[in-house]
Amino acid sequence: MDRAIKLQLSTSEMNYFPDEVIEHIFDFIPSHRDRNSISLVSKSWHKIERYSRHQVFIGNCYAISPERLIRRFPCLRSLTLKGKPHFADFNLVPHEWGGFLHPWIDALSKARVGLEELRLKRMVVSDESLELLSRSFVGFKSLVLVSCDGFTTDGLASIAANCRNLRELDLQENEIDDHRGQWLNCFPDSSTTLVSLNFACLKGETNLSALERLVARSPNLKSLKVNRAVPLDALTRLMSCAPQLVDLGVGCYENEAEPESFEKLMAAIKKCTLLRSLSGFSEVAPVCLTAFYPICENLTSLNLSYAAEIQGNHLIEFVQFCKRLQLLWILDSIGDKGLEIVASSCKELQELRVFPSDPHDEEDNNTAVTEVGLVAISAGCPKLHSILYFCKQMTNAALITVAKNCPNFIRFRLCILEPNKPDHITSQSLDEGFGAIVQACKGLRRLSVSGLLTDKVFLYIGMYAAQLEMLSIAFAGDTDKGMLYVLNGCKKLRKLEIRDSPFGNAALLADVGKYETMRSLWMSSCEVTLGGCKRLARNAPWLNVEIINENENGRMERNEEDEREKVDRLYLYRTVVGTRKDAPPCVTIL
Amino acid sequence: MDEFVNLKATELRLGLPGTNNVCEERVSCNSNNNKRALQADAENETETSPPRKTQIVGWPPVRSYRKNNVQTKKNESDGESQGIYVKVSMDGAPYLRKIDLSCYKGYSDLLKALELMFEFSVGEYSERDGYKGSDFVPTYEDKDGDWMLIGDVPWEMFECNCKRLRIMKGSEAKCLGSGV
Repeated sequence: MDRAIKLQLSTSEMNYFPDEVIEHIFDFIPSHRDRNSISLVSKSWHKIERYSRHQVFIGNCYAISPERLIRRFPCLRSLTLKGKPHFADFNLVPHEWGGFLHPWIDALSKARVGLEELRLKRMVVSDESLELLSRSFVGFKSLVLVSCDGFTTDGLASIAANCRNLRELDLQENEIDDHRGQWLNCFPDSSTTLVSLNFACLKGETNLSALERLVARSPNLKSLKVNRAVPLDALTRLMSCAPQLVDLGVGCYENEAEPESFEKLMAAIKKCTLLRSLSGFSEVAPVCLTAFYPICENLTSLNLSYAAEIQGNHLIEFVQFCKRLQLLWILDSIGDKGLEIVASSCKELQELRVFPSDPHDEEDNNTAVTEVGLVAISAGCPKLHSILYFCKQMTNAALITVAKNCPNFIRFRLCILEPNKPDHITSQSLDEGFGAIVQACKGLRRLSVSGLLTDKVFLYIGMYAAQLEMLSIAFAGDTDKGMLYVLNGCKKLRKLEIRDSPFGNAALLADVGKYETMRSLWMSSCEVTLGGCKRLARNAPWLNVEIINENENGRMERNEEDEREKVDRLYLYRTVVGTRKDAPPCVTIL
Repeated sequence: MDEFVNLKATELRLGLPGTNNVCEERVSCNSNNNKRALQADAENETETSPPRKTQIVGWPPVRSYRKNNVQTKKNESDGESQGIYVKVSMDGAPYLRKIDLSCYKGYSDLLKALELMFEFSVGEYSERDGYKGSDFVPTYEDKDGDWMLIGDVPWEMFECNCKRLRIMKGSEAKCLGSGV
């Protein structure tokens, strides 16, 4: 919070101001955490805050019910909801686990809330919900769906047809059943308000003429991300009628672009002087990346992580000219050499993600990245604060160097592809390396560890990672002490997710109150037993303790329960609304 | 007795030659979103491929969406014009067939064609119980190397993920339904 505002708020004279003035002051405080704090000051502030709150963030859709949300914040305009736990991304959560949008839309619609924005992550969305959404909220402007599923292009057609004021339709990495219909045609001719349109994840054909007409009549369009079905010549036409684009996601290029089409594309690209962000390229010939050379110096954001067809040397050739890059997502085919070049060219880099091009090491290639690339980046990019790095090997020495070079990390996620892999030079565990990271990076909020790790790394994390909010652990630790170090030490911990680590009941049950300060805990293939989970559930009625069974088809048989049986997947979270009613048979809530 | 032993040796079943059972490794977790998977080496005598490394469910932690979309180099040829050819084997049949998945509009189309090709029928599909009413169960191997029941995922996802088909028969088919 701004100091000036803090000072104002601490003055008791504030209570003599009319509500509208106080409300106006609150308008300057958008952060939901600060607003939560404000609402605790006094009854009158609670009331004023309630009615003036327009944006609400709900990190776990089962922590509260839609009815209670609406009762408290009747003037809600923007809602963010997250559903399935993070590990659902990696197939560890059954498809039917939950996270349904419908009850929320239903309640918001019935209460006539003036909803304008909806952002969803890992929720199950149905066409029915999208239809209801499109018909219920006249001022609806923005729909952002990330990693959701359950809907088809029919649902998109409802949104297109009925949301007269739609500004943003952003579909990121969703599983959408593409009925190859005419959803783009459903935007009425009068629809001219689009600012952002992203349908890159749609797998089917796209009605190109409908898309072109839509883009042509949307003068405010700043962000356009198309799917694979938009070929090169169509892309050229789109860019020609939208030279104001700031953010572009390209689809599919023919492998051998004719020189004439290529020239036309380059000419169109040259006119897009405002272009700052580029992504897509999922099926392109490398030569087509070169069409973007005219504007590459302007780019601040580049996502080539789906460009499996572009080889390392072409990636390097392009990226080295992107001197203003702040965000880079790329495949490990760029190699250590490529990262060294990035380090010397991209001095403004803040966020880097390096994804594995061959996750299961099927091709036994040698072009993946190692600790060498990571050290080079840390040395060359002083502004780096977020990293996600998949690599084949790592050393403590490298991590210690990285920590020295980059004490400003907020997010540090390292994934060594082979579980339990030690320092490849000393054969020791990587405890010291990660220890150096948490000790140096005082502002670290998110951490993922990997490689061979003992309880010691968790001792370091508990001791030094004072700002840590999210921790992901896999194949690490030796005893319950490891988990205890983290639970006792990391005061700001909100999300803890653990898989395949030897933590059991003693760690789980040591401090039940801790879970009230956290959003959720996930433990899979650990040592916790059914008995331990039951005891936890008994002692903490404000927690939902969910056991996800191996056997998808059946519940646990009451008379066959063995309390010593290890629980395969445990997911617990604080909630004010008790046991949810929509759990499928494979989930048992204790 | 010797004759009996010889017959057994030529029997087509799941598993490496010389092993007796379908073996299940408890590699961290046996089930994931909608997979009713049998974890077993699906090598049969007609194919030679290098022994596959044991794959751990959900590792490395790459989103399935991303995994499915960065495989274009390996499995798909350019565009749909070249078709999506996959091998189809049926338990008990002496040789395999090959079909082009892109020729079919959806599951019912595909299953009808398979029924004609191999002269069998497939039973009633339900999401909960799989195929009931027939000894034959249509399955496929996906990109992760798991054997999946045909029909569970959206058709487009299946087209992208399917490496080959196998029509299972008899006891192995029953095993799939129990999810063990």
